[in-house]
Amino acid sequence: MIGGLSASWRRLVDEVGTVDTVGLEERVAKYTTRSIKKSAKVWGLRTAVTMVDLTTLEGKDTPGKVASLCQKAVAPSDDPTVPPVAAVCVYPAMVRHARQALGPNAKVRIASVATAFPSGQAPLRTRLAEVKAAVADGADEVDMVINRGAFLAGEYGRVQDEIAAVVAACGDATLKVILEVSELETYDKIRAASFLAMRVLRPGDFIKTSTGKTSLNATLGNNQVMLEAIRDFYLATGVPIAMKPAGGIRTAKQALQFLIAVKETLGDGWLNNRRYRFGASALLNDLLRQLEKERTGAYQAPYYFSEAAESY
Amino acid sequence: MPTATRSPSRRAPELIFGDLWSFDPAPETADPKLKSRYELFINGRLVAPRGGRYFESINPATEQKLADIALAGPADVNAAYGAAARAFRTWGRLPGRERAKYLYRIARLLQDRAREFAVAETMDGGKPIKESRDFDVPMAAAHFFYHAGWADKLDYVAPGRRVAPLGVVGQVIPWNFPLLMCAWKLAPALAMGNCVVLKPAETTSITALKLAEIIADADLPPGVVNIVTGAGEVGAAVMNHPTPAKVAFTGSTEVGKIIMRSLAGTDKKMTMELGGKAANIIFEDAPLDQAVEGIVNGIFFNQGHVCCAGSRLLVHEPVADRVLARLKQRIRVLRVGDPLDKNTDIGAINSREQLAKIAALVRTGVREGAELYQPPCALPPRGFFFRPSVFSNVAMSHRIAREEIFGPVLSVLTFRTLEEAVEKANNTAYGLSAGVWTDKGSRILKMSTELKAGVVWANTYNKFDPTSPFGGYKESGFGREGGRQGLLDYCRLV
Repeated sequence: MIGGLSASWRRLVDEVGTVDTVGLEERVAKYTTRSIKKSAKVWGLRTAVTMVDLTTLEGKDTPGKVASLCQKAVAPSDDPTVPPVAAVCVYPAMVRHARQALGPNAKVRIASVATAFPSGQAPLRTRLAEVKAAVADGADEVDMVINRGAFLAGEYGRVQDEIAAVVAACGDATLKVILEVSELETYDKIRAASFLAMRVLRPGDFIKTSTGKTSLNATLGNNQVMLEAIRDFYLATGVPIAMKPAGGIRTAKQALQFLIAVKETLGDGWLNNRRYRFGASALLNDLLRQLEKERTGAYQAPYYFSEAAESY
Repeated sequence: MPTATRSPSRRAPELIFGDLWSFDPAPETADPKLKSRYELFINGRLVAPRGGRYFESINPATEQKLADIALAGPADVNAAYGAAARAFRTWGRLPGRERAKYLYRIARLLQDRAREFAVAETMDGGKPIKESRDFDVPMAAAHFFYHAGWADKLDYVAPGRRVAPLGVVGQVIPWNFPLLMCAWKLAPALAMGNCVVLKPAETTSITALKLAEIIADADLPPGVVNIVTGAGEVGAAVMNHPTPAKVAFTGSTEVGKIIMRSLAGTDKKMTMELGGKAANIIFEDAPLDQAVEGIVNGIFFNQGHVCCAGSRLLVHEPVADRVLARLKQRIRVLRVGDPLDKNTDIGAINSREQLAKIAALVRTGVREGAELYQPPCALPPRGFFFRPSVFSNVAMSHRIAREEIFGPVLSVLTFRTLEEAVEKANNTAYGLSAGVWTDKGSRILKMSTELKAGVVWANTYNKFDPTSPFGGYKESGFGREGGRQGLLDYCRLV
């Protein structure tokens, strides 16, 4: 069994290549020394706002909270020039409430986590049923988790088949495949898992770092590994896959560093919310705070922004 | 068309690195505190040159004058050596722990004024501020700290032997890392109890003379460090003067040979750190993106003005196309321009002469049939700038594969077997450094024993540390700087 795992892993790594941890982290450290000023900063902040998947994924979510989340998503700021965010991201049970709050044909999309989020530990037919239910309730996008147990056991075919089954269950909905990078542990595995997913995705589907429910979430490092995987896959096949780092991006400064990584790795084609998203909740307020600072030249008191995640 | 039915013609996918999100200027604004005129530093004092002559130092990014620099004559060099010889009588006998105090003080004062020095270094030499800020200045301070630590432990530097200082040493340093080379040369010499006459390069004297301010502020006894400025003839006077027991030179192999010829028959000790044409070797199992990053760091760091630059890329044939494609794409996002802008990756070429030399060699490369790639970046209208350049289809016999270009120009060659890689890498008059990129540890060990180079980096490039000796083989010179080995080059064993 060990031999089998080793052989299948080697085959996969031979196909997609390896990542050197030290070198990769040196590369991303350079993004943090970029200095973004004035109009470039405003452009970056506003673009980041349009890329936010405003998220609430808690057991205590209520229809009321989701409704106020939707309100914030449509009009994040008193300043009407601040654009709406890309999407709201909720549990499947909240999708119909979000649809009710946003209405049909809303500009802000509705994303729903599904497939027994965050662990994925449910029978496949249950997970597929959950996806179909979320889409039927009005989800435009589905955020699935991969079967990490199967991946770590070397059952790559099974991981990929399951993703393909979810793609089919999505219908017209966009799919985001959460790799849950902290459970994959190495950059080599993150790269390999990215390729497994991308090979069965449609143009415009996403790969996504994490659920936000584990200790380590999106970092510049794992974001870079996935961006490079997307780049290599695109150059080889012509299929553009989108990217969503999620969890752990709390400040506008971080968001700009992630966008610099996009600019320098994938280029202008990915600097929009069809190709790049942030899965975040606290981030939006900091983006708004920084935009307000750029507009007025001064930081505003914190109570001008809805700081607590409970009160959107 | 039968092919049309099989695969509809589709443009090859391309990434767009345009100006959708262009960055605003982000200049570093710290005051470099430049003086309009810099004098010689002799016997602890700033003194005017006896000949009364000065030359201009310009900012290579703007071609504007920064300051007048004193032009030393033979009498000034004489005075400097006289002061050094007098100072040695007490400095050489001072307990190591006392000398350490001065070195620590210099290191700390340098840290205190780090931003000021970084800006001055960038304005005088043209290197990007992020490099002078994150590399040159902190590394210079680190060298003083490291050697300060040795000064009271010299009984342990050569096990079983005692060490004694040589006396007065003459040092000539290049223009590519003006402040850092000062630190590399001064710190071990002083820690060991020697006194110094140092000459910086004529295009980049300012940070050496700013360091003289720090040396004076640190109350270093007069004459322990003397700095004389000027061009080649001043350097020759420093090297050929009868006083020094040792001379240390960092610069071109051409000048190194002249110095060695002129010193033949004397009993002066020598350290020569000369040119290089390093091979950066990428095997097919290497992590390619990180290897590409290492290639970029290897050849475009400091505009390629690095003696250990990885200027010859040797790529394993199976991955050659992929590496070249990724490299070209990576180069497209390098930012060439104002060295004081915090986002600049490649700054200005150090001088008009160097720019002309680089341009001439690149023209030769094209004429000899190599294929040139340069990214379509805009260059500033004034100043000495050169696009990052990559030559593919290079043969070992091409001049661009043999001569040190000392600019942002990479020559790409391929190989099939490990033996061929070693053969090509060692087929050069130089032997300063090399890089090896592979996932296989045993191959790294094998390569590091086969490559005739003073430094072999594995899965990284251009990594420096005061504890690590640096120096060359063959025509890249001899002697080491840094580490215990570097100290041993500044002492007698007794």
